[in-house]
Amino acid sequence: MASKTSKGLTWYAATWRLPNLVWQFLFFVVPLAFLFYLSFWLVRNYRMVPGFDSVNWVKMLSKDYFWDAYYFTFCMALVATVITSCIAFPCSYGLAFKTSNATRRWAIFFLIIPFFTSYLVRIYSWQVILAENGVINAALGYLGLNPFIMLNTVVGTLVGYLTLALPLVVILQTLSLSNIDRSLIGAAENLGCGRLRVVFTVIIPLAKIGLIVGAVFCFILSFGDFVSPYYLGGSKPPTLSILIIDTTKSGQQWPRAAVVAVSMILTLLVVAFAAVTAAYRKRT
Amino acid sequence: MTATRTTSLFFKSYICLVFVFVVAPILASFIFSFNSDRFPTIPLGNFTLHWYKTIYHDKDVWDALWISVTSAISVSIIATFIGFCTAYTDYRYNFFGKSAYLALALLPPTIPLVIMGLAMLAWLSHIGMSGRWYSIIIAHVVLCTPFAMAIIRIRLAQLNSSAEAAAWNLGASEWRTMGEIIIPFSLPAIISSLCLTAAVSFDEFAVSWFVSGLNKTIPVIILEVLQGQVDPQINAIGTFVFLTSMTLVVIAQILLMTRHGKGLSHE
Repeated sequence: MASKTSKGLTWYAATWRLPNLVWQFLFFVVPLAFLFYLSFWLVRNYRMVPGFDSVNWVKMLSKDYFWDAYYFTFCMALVATVITSCIAFPCSYGLAFKTSNATRRWAIFFLIIPFFTSYLVRIYSWQVILAENGVINAALGYLGLNPFIMLNTVVGTLVGYLTLALPLVVILQTLSLSNIDRSLIGAAENLGCGRLRVVFTVIIPLAKIGLIVGAVFCFILSFGDFVSPYYLGGSKPPTLSILIIDTTKSGQQWPRAAVVAVSMILTLLVVAFAAVTAAYRKRT
Repeated sequence: MTATRTTSLFFKSYICLVFVFVVAPILASFIFSFNSDRFPTIPLGNFTLHWYKTIYHDKDVWDALWISVTSAISVSIIATFIGFCTAYTDYRYNFFGKSAYLALALLPPTIPLVIMGLAMLAWLSHIGMSGRWYSIIIAHVVLCTPFAMAIIRIRLAQLNSSAEAAAWNLGASEWRTMGEIIIPFSLPAIISSLCLTAAVSFDEFAVSWFVSGLNKTIPVIILEVLQGQVDPQINAIGTFVFLTSMTLVVIAQILLMTRHGKGLSHE
């Protein structure tokens, strides 16, 4: 294989290399770059005019509603990441250490299913289940409890984020936990380490990369999602993605929507970079 | 002994609870689709096929279905082709800038869909390609290629690295080796990639909503119905979409588990 690799670029090699390069450059890199450029355009008489002016940035970044949305979105995504990781961990731990290989394989297959069912339909389902006169509150009523308002609150949004990210986080955590060398756990136990202490001082540090990757995906998904905060959280207050949609759909203010989008991408880059650095940092 | 049994029982019930949470909305949508109440609660109303009849007689739904199906098929073919080319390039070659090349192929899923939607809308309308019948296809190929690439790359990793060289030594050209060794060996992964990318495209709503214009797909219709009032039609459409996607996923899964071309693989 190596002998053929060292030659220059042949027609054969170029044929396989080009499709990805051309398509993803034209329709992935360029649109994102264009979005960045668009954030410096001007809007005159309801028409967009190409330009290079920081006016959109200055205007958006001086608005209180932008910063309210920013803090709210960031905090909600952070809370969702912590909650999802914590809820997922015992499940992944159980799947990795307490069940047979066959069960684990079936479990992962079942966890893949949600990726291919419409997220919108699942959110609509939750809307009906969580409603003030929905299934859960009817059940609470039979128990003689007062209805618990979940729809159009932060609770609703978090249920939506969990629906979105929990299956993926469980899969990633289970995969990294199952790859841990069992003899290390056995060694810790033989040396008299208690069960909980094994989890916190042996298992979690060994599975750190997988746990952090899961958390990062959860953060990215929750940070960018507009369906849960809108349909379950009632858009009170709006998140950044809702802001993008409102700004885009309500007319020609695409440059301002681009400002919001670019600040979201920058935030995600910083978060992902910080997380990857933390994941690969040597233990001291 | 009893302590381990208790913890084992704890973990099993916990896993079941998580699965109940994951399955609940899917199951509920299925049940509500046959339920006569507009605002379903317990106890359930009567059994009805009313919501299915409503969507069956809705011309918009049929138009959307046609656009969804044709887009999903086109997307799966283009994305699988690009994914195959990329996976083969990664399998076979090393070159300067390869990690950037792979990032190009694998990064799209990490960008929030709203942002992809806005970027696509802005760029495609700038070059006069938004709101056309092919706009959704262009955008979905970008989103689906990483999945196709991953599935086929995993299959190629199982190919014995000397199989290709053996064919060359026996006098086959690179093209012939591709046609007689690489493609037949990757075929299960190629077909499963066709199914999975079609399923992803069939369900995607955010980017479609931005770029589709008047060419609405099924998920875009669902999104627009959602913006109105509670409407159990969504459950009927959802159940139908679920069955379509699941058929594709199960076919893909079965193909991924088959072990054709054993003689060429490592095991």
